[in-house]
Amino acid sequence: MSTVTEHRDSQHFPAEHASFFATTSPPGQKGIWAWLLTHDHKRLALMYLWAVFFWLTLALLLGLALRVELMAIGETIMPADVYNAVFTLHGVIMIFLFVIPAIPAIFGNFMLPIQIGADDVFFPRLNLLSWYLYMLGGAVAIVSLFTGDGFADTGWTFYVPFSVTTETNVSLTVSAAFILGMSSLLTGLNFVTTVHRMRVKDMGWLQIPLFTWSLYATAWVQILATPVVSITLVLVVLERFLNIGLFDPDRGGDPLLYQHLFWMYSHPAVYIMILPGMGVISEIIPVFSRKAIFGYKGIVVSSLAIAIAGSLVWAHHMYTSGMSDVSVFVFSLLTFLVAIPSAIKVFSWVSTMYKGSILMTPPLLLALVFIYLFTVGGLTGLVIGAAGTNIHVHDTHFIVAHFHFTMFGGTGFAFFAALHFWWPKMFGLMYNFKRAYLGAILATVGFIFHYVPMFILGMQGMPRRYFDYLPQFETGNFLAGFGGILLVAGILLMFVNLWLSFVSRERAEGDPWGGTTLEWAVPSPPPVHNFIDVPRILDYPYDFSEVLRRAAEREKGN
Amino acid sequence: MEKAIDKTGVRIGMWIFLYSEIILFGGLFVLYAVYFHNFPEDFATGGKELNRIIGTINTLVLLISSFTVAASITAVQRQKTGQAIALILFSLGCGLLFLVNKYFEWGAKFAHGLYPNSDRLYEEGPGFNIFFGLYYTITGLHGLHVIIGMILLSISLVLVIRGRVTAQRFAMLENSGLYWHLVDLIWIYVFPLFYLVL
Repeated sequence: MSTVTEHRDSQHFPAEHASFFATTSPPGQKGIWAWLLTHDHKRLALMYLWAVFFWLTLALLLGLALRVELMAIGETIMPADVYNAVFTLHGVIMIFLFVIPAIPAIFGNFMLPIQIGADDVFFPRLNLLSWYLYMLGGAVAIVSLFTGDGFADTGWTFYVPFSVTTETNVSLTVSAAFILGMSSLLTGLNFVTTVHRMRVKDMGWLQIPLFTWSLYATAWVQILATPVVSITLVLVVLERFLNIGLFDPDRGGDPLLYQHLFWMYSHPAVYIMILPGMGVISEIIPVFSRKAIFGYKGIVVSSLAIAIAGSLVWAHHMYTSGMSDVSVFVFSLLTFLVAIPSAIKVFSWVSTMYKGSILMTPPLLLALVFIYLFTVGGLTGLVIGAAGTNIHVHDTHFIVAHFHFTMFGGTGFAFFAALHFWWPKMFGLMYNFKRAYLGAILATVGFIFHYVPMFILGMQGMPRRYFDYLPQFETGNFLAGFGGILLVAGILLMFVNLWLSFVSRERAEGDPWGGTTLEWAVPSPPPVHNFIDVPRILDYPYDFSEVLRRAAEREKGN
Repeated sequence: MEKAIDKTGVRIGMWIFLYSEIILFGGLFVLYAVYFHNFPEDFATGGKELNRIIGTINTLVLLISSFTVAASITAVQRQKTGQAIALILFSLGCGLLFLVNKYFEWGAKFAHGLYPNSDRLYEEGPGFNIFFGLYYTITGLHGLHVIIGMILLSISLVLVIRGRVTAQRFAMLENSGLYWHLVDLIWIYVFPLFYLVL
């Protein structure tokens, strides 16, 4: 099932140092099959990477089309029914094909085994199956676009009764979400088993790097919550085909229960989305501050606390749905509790930088942007979490701005940061810094100009998901459109810049940043079994004394 | 080069998977709990419509098959392949018997006009409709799991016959067995919730 690093048969691997691009796993695969049938977690990570790039770009452009539509009153570039399908498609792709899988499936797959000194995940074939499920889910989503009566127009939440009665192709769309859920569940299962069983012997629980810790916490939420949404989506399909009436008040059903079931998963899912991003930031900040992370244990515990408390706050999406006041009170209180572990992390990151020896690089810049945008997103979350203010801004653009600040400003920018942080490790190539900075700054400025107007529009009362609006909302929507264009331009520039690294082919060394976790101890790109020698585990995973000593020696040499 | 299989790790993976299956049914049990709270009387009358004798037989059939699956693993460990094959075949027979019973049970209900979206369910009122809606959803999903479990057992059977499952390597059979126990376990909850409700 898996192999160990110590007993390597050198006959099979004449060049031990050759990168995993040059060596297939299992050995002997040819051409495209070396990718499509691979068991190598690194190759799978790259296969996810290209698929995610495709979906992210598509959904970004769809989102931009939505905002261009909203720039002026009335029909601008698309009719209302297309608008409904486009915002559903934007949401479904972004949630199920980008935000949930991106960081765990790409960087988790690539880095988690290396960070714990393993040569692969515990179930390599299951890992391959997860990738196929991911691709199948995406394919089903595409098929549902062009078959039946068009793509679902329900929004990504598939609320009953509309999702059961609408003519559009909801069944196929929720099937896609179901399959993607399976994929993410199996990845989670794989990661939990890997962390428990594949760590090198010397690595205790409190010597595990924080990115791996965050993935471990995320994996548990995936395992815990995904089946609930799976069954909920199955029920939507059953209702559409058999018309059982489980959510139909006329026949004894309760539509509110659908919302409970849906959010029982989908709220924990927002922590599935953000926790890996926080893990990325916890890696980047200490490396470029050349300083041990402040409060390692605090961050570990807060990851777990977010995973646990985050599973208990689902009904804060439903304050206006007709729950009892007691429920509203309890869920509001629990929601406020989740803010505490999130704040602990932000304090830890900032304290890490305090009196650190800061080295500015594109990944650090993006990490700083993350901290800023995520903090705004988190604090506005409290506005929504409080039952009173929630009623004022419920289902308005304020909500849209809030969750884009957390999901996009948070997870999205963490994804960009991870991309810039680990790109040299994955491909052994360094990108152009100037263009990376320019792209990051454009994206950030565009982001703020794009979403801040939506906070104001929401406070003024503009509802979300509406195709048209009153004249008083025109200025805000018009301005937001320009921000959106800047934002997309900045992101595309970042991607083009990364792509250009394949053209300029500037080699990156094994440890270009001066990191302490194990992925920086192996060559870039890593060899097929990751480690050439048995990895050496630091007593404390963020001990920079070695890195600082090397830097001092280099300085003396000059 | 191949490391000895880490059996504990495989087991951890399987148990996590089983846990996710329980949560899958958990969503439906949440629905049951809420609707039972809303319509206790209708659930009681609905329960009387179900055939307790067939339900009891099916419970026994599954319990016995769980035992024979467990016994087949012990037989493999003691290298008694013939015995193991017979025990797995017997378990598969039990699974089939369960499905046949279910088929007749559902068929009888359909004949009485009790099926999703039927006129009779609509006339009998909301609680009655919900009871049978849940009955068909939960037992249907459970039936699907019985079929999946039988497929897994059949694969294990082929592997035992081909000598791929041995006293040293029986993870596939053990995991199929665990899955079969899960199917049994869920039924242990489904049975009283529908057949024995007050």
